[in-house]
Amino acid sequence: MASIIQQLINGLTLGSIYGLIAIGYTMVYGIIGMINFAHGDIYMVSAFIAVTCFTLLAAAGISSVPLALLIVLAVTVAFTSVFGWSVERTAYRPLRGSTRLAPLISSIGMSIFLQNMVQVTQGARVKSIPPIITGGIDLFTRDGFNVHLAYSQIIIVMVTVALMAVFTWLITQTSFGRQQRACEQDRTMAMLLGIDVDRTISLTFMIGAALAAVAGVLVTVYYGVIDFYIGFGAGIKAFTAAVLGGIGSLPGAMLGGLVIGLIEAFWAAYLSAEYKDVATFSILILVLMFRPNGLLGRPEVEKV
Amino acid sequence: MNMLEISGVHTHYGHVHALKGVDLVVRSGEIVTLIGANGAGKSTLMMTLFGVPHLSSGRIVFEGEDISGLKAHQISRRGIALVPEGRRIFPRMTVLENLQMGAAMSPAAHFGPDLERMFALFPVLEERLLQRAGTLSGGEQQMLAIARALMARPKLLLLDEPSLGLAPLYIRRVFDIIGELNRDHGMTILLVEQNAHHALRVAHRGLVLQQGKVVLEGNGQELLANPAVRAAYLEADQ
Repeated sequence: MASIIQQLINGLTLGSIYGLIAIGYTMVYGIIGMINFAHGDIYMVSAFIAVTCFTLLAAAGISSVPLALLIVLAVTVAFTSVFGWSVERTAYRPLRGSTRLAPLISSIGMSIFLQNMVQVTQGARVKSIPPIITGGIDLFTRDGFNVHLAYSQIIIVMVTVALMAVFTWLITQTSFGRQQRACEQDRTMAMLLGIDVDRTISLTFMIGAALAAVAGVLVTVYYGVIDFYIGFGAGIKAFTAAVLGGIGSLPGAMLGGLVIGLIEAFWAAYLSAEYKDVATFSILILVLMFRPNGLLGRPEVEKV
Repeated sequence: MNMLEISGVHTHYGHVHALKGVDLVVRSGEIVTLIGANGAGKSTLMMTLFGVPHLSSGRIVFEGEDISGLKAHQISRRGIALVPEGRRIFPRMTVLENLQMGAAMSPAAHFGPDLERMFALFPVLEERLLQRAGTLSGGEQQMLAIARALMARPKLLLLDEPSLGLAPLYIRRVFDIIGELNRDHGMTILLVEQNAHHALRVAHRGLVLQQGKVVLEGNGQELLANPAVRAAYLEADQ
């Protein structure tokens, strides 16, 4: 029982991070119908920006943890959004109007480029920072098992929940969100109504990158170690989460992230830590075989 | 004054030469009807006005300015609104959200009064305000598509086959509204129709498009009386 609760805590933490990244996949898919395989690497870049930023702040002698965290979040989100914007502008927009496959291949190229860029400029070795948020609460002990809730876990889940709330409001209630959804449903019609579709797509990439950047900062705080290759694993799991939730569905991406996080935590604890990735990708295969529309992404029946 | 001047417009869809030198003028305050069979290039002409696709040669002048090089959203913002073929409402948005999309580029202060005007014109939209647009009937969707276009307060309203697939009651309603908008609000309208009977009756002038070219032009009554028009577009309707 105690161990189950512990895995629940770990799974929710991990799932929050996958959920944040998954939104970037699902939004981009929704609006231009492509899988942005470079999205995981955008997340990786953001983790490097965060580590650099933490290191600079430590050197500058800023010792207040909340202040440092806020500065790092702001800087990382800003820089990563610009990355997201540039990737779309240089690698995808010139291919708009060509075959569906072209931007997909371009995104794989962009993924390789980003990994190598970071590897060359930052080195291939693991980068680490000292733990920033230490300590936690021991909830209870039963059968010799101590249920521990780290402060960093509380922060990750709280930041994620707050961000999801803001993001949901942005998409469902604001005029930008409406334009974004209109572009998803009928891009040409949105243009005919005066919407600058290119700008809306750019903003979509920036928002996706910003959410991935928050995930990058949180992971840096949680694990403290990163390398140029973390984008691949996290990216493909977040992609699995987006597919599981129903690609194109925003609540689906959030739900899918949580489910993948939980499955990974429980699998690692009770079955085999080495084979936890096998569990995730088996789910991807099963979903694609038996429920290709995912949990929440059901096809609409519409009158034409 | 000429609001819209289309001269020598050619359009290609890939290898298909869809418009072969179309000339057409719409003056301020009039209703012009373009009739023609399927594949004559009527919808292509509408979309070419918005640069989707861009014309291959010719000129499109709106209010004295050449707009043929502009992007669709820039053209729309100059004051041209389209009720497209097949309505193209946003199905997974509510009726209200569709109307908000129509007003996306308008000042916020216009929204309230304009919404009231639409409710007066189309009472059904008020009843269905928070319903998803995809669940409306075809006729209701057509009303929504017209209202969405009007929310932008366009100077020129383009309607592409607004009566297509509608029940007779709705068809009459659509043409009544077109007449009303022009008479009471002075709106300039370019109407594309296969339903030549209604469309020519409501129009000041009519043109017949055939295989990408304007082959006949005259006022509505003249075209209705023209034996060639009757044979091609009216007898089949009866």
